[in-house]
Amino acid sequence: MAPLLQVKNLKVTFDTMAGVVKAVDGVSYHINEEEVVGLVGESGCGKSVSQMAVTQLIATPPGQIVGGEVIFEGQDLLKYGADSGQIRAIRGGKIAMIFQEPMTSLNPVFSIGEQIIETISLHLQLTRQDARQRAIELLEQVGIPDAKARIDNYPHQFSGGMRQRAMIAMALSCHPKLVIADEPTTALDVTTQAQILENMMDMVDVFHSSLVIVTHNLGIVARHAQRIYVMYAGRIVEAGPSENVFKNPLHPYTIALLKSVPRLDEPRGRQLVPIFGLPPNLIDMPPICAFKVRCSWAGECKNETDPELRQVGDNRFVRCHLDIKGESSGIFPR
Amino acid sequence: MEYSPDNTLLEIKNLKMYFPVTQGLFRRKVGDVKAVDDVSFNIKRGDTVGLVGESGCGKTTVGRCILRIYRPTAGKVIFQGQDITNLPLNKVKYLRREIQLIFQDPYGSLDPRQSAGSIVGEAIKIHHLSSNKTEYDEKVKELFALVGLDPEMTNRFPHEFSGGQRQRIGIARALSCSPSFIVCDEPISALDVSIQAQIINLLQDLQKKLGLTYLLIAHDLSLVRHISDTVAVMYLGHIVELTDWKELYENPLMPYTQALLSAVPIPDPSVEKKRERIILQGDVPSPLNPPSGCPFHPRCWMAIPDCSQEVPQLREISPNHMVACIRV
Repeated sequence: MAPLLQVKNLKVTFDTMAGVVKAVDGVSYHINEEEVVGLVGESGCGKSVSQMAVTQLIATPPGQIVGGEVIFEGQDLLKYGADSGQIRAIRGGKIAMIFQEPMTSLNPVFSIGEQIIETISLHLQLTRQDARQRAIELLEQVGIPDAKARIDNYPHQFSGGMRQRAMIAMALSCHPKLVIADEPTTALDVTTQAQILENMMDMVDVFHSSLVIVTHNLGIVARHAQRIYVMYAGRIVEAGPSENVFKNPLHPYTIALLKSVPRLDEPRGRQLVPIFGLPPNLIDMPPICAFKVRCSWAGECKNETDPELRQVGDNRFVRCHLDIKGESSGIFPR
Repeated sequence: MEYSPDNTLLEIKNLKMYFPVTQGLFRRKVGDVKAVDDVSFNIKRGDTVGLVGESGCGKTTVGRCILRIYRPTAGKVIFQGQDITNLPLNKVKYLRREIQLIFQDPYGSLDPRQSAGSIVGEAIKIHHLSSNKTEYDEKVKELFALVGLDPEMTNRFPHEFSGGQRQRIGIARALSCSPSFIVCDEPISALDVSIQAQIINLLQDLQKKLGLTYLLIAHDLSLVRHISDTVAVMYLGHIVELTDWKELYENPLMPYTQALLSAVPIPDPSVEKKRERIILQGDVPSPLNPPSGCPFHPRCWMAIPDCSQEVPQLREISPNHMVACIRV
């Protein structure tokens, strides 16, 4: 079966005073039907931009999608303009987004209900009455108490967690095929984070949607995603089924990320291993491996070219010259 | 370490911090936000005490009361045997030589118009800790080297540093007048994952090298577990569980602690699949209008009618394990 979304060799650049920033540099990935995919990486690695580009939410200028294909349900979305009817019908309808900061992505001068109803009436042929009814049902589904009364509240009357719930309700209001959640819980407390994620998972299950979770939190991905992509400096450096990637990470960056965070279930006393150095400047990328300056295996690697993403097993891809097996590098407490 | 009274660096006794809520033209007081309500705990010299809880639970307020940024409404803060609760402001200046603060946001907490060297050295000047310019320069450079920054970078400005380096500047500033106690308020939560480990390791190294005592305010439970000796869990202004790190993480008794721990995801799908998750319902109640009795009872799955009657007191369930819950 063809995947729901197939992104091929996507390239996004930003024009800045200092030069052209290659924020996303040839990213290819796919999302299957009803699949939950995690996209992990540090801030500035291009994970958000690669997702915004799918529905052409890149502000042009300074941003520009300079190449690639975004094939969704058989058609290349990049063939249509950002303001075209085709994209507008898909954006918010078949492909919905949940953003990190619910306060800045909700409009403060319209009530929560107004904003959900707007989305519904844009994409579904419903009367206002029915749209309102549906909005109330959705708010109930995401766990807003007393949804009938709260629907007329404004964003500032909601707590952070409730705003994020309202965002989820809005995203799922038109039965999207794909939901892109960009750091959906980063601004929230751990208990609220667990609540919201659980709720989001239930909702995509009910609506048979696919979900992309963009995050820097490896734990969230381990808990919810079936497959993961690890991004570094505008490229995908490792991909695979999440169980497999966490058990046997193959890229030095993934290994380093796992070693740098303390785990709740490990014996205490392990020295954390920080990743020294900084990500490369995306304006002037070196012609060698972008991770080389920070890599623990750099001494062994004599290859001075830029590695390609290569397949190393069932659904496993890695962008590294060496054959490193994270399994045996002593990351895990077992 | 054995408990002995002279080993205690800081004692907090029944600390209360209420912020008045006013209304109308004459700012009539209509109520209190009980940010910290009857909190007591001790910190031993050389220890790290972790203070965890969700945002708004009062953990930062406790830290600020210790630093005397706030004057507590009631209760006592005793530092090195001296009651500092009502210390006059001119004496507070000397207190700050002993107690320092590391802030959360390395971007907001450094003056963009001051050079890194002058940020770090300001306290040395204020407290007259150097007798001449050469000694001052020497001290600033030493501090830079101590936190792993290049001493040649003292003339640069904050915007020229990365997030991790900025946090190091903040730490050097806190160390500049050789304090014995540092309040670390969410020291890594604004940093990138790959940088966090550097700062955690630095804090641990400095503690070993300089014999520092930390109060670590954080919401990241895996971090707190990694470096704390004792952990206090706060909820809505109250400490609800207080014990050593091992006991807290292996045998959490308060339902809220259990929920907090189960909410932290572990980066390992095979472990995650087997874990039992407790998903709390609802939000944290407003501290302006807290629920009666146990502050946690409206969200607690173990609550019984008695829970809403009286605020449960922190009591010792087993040696050194204090819990404020009537169901334990």
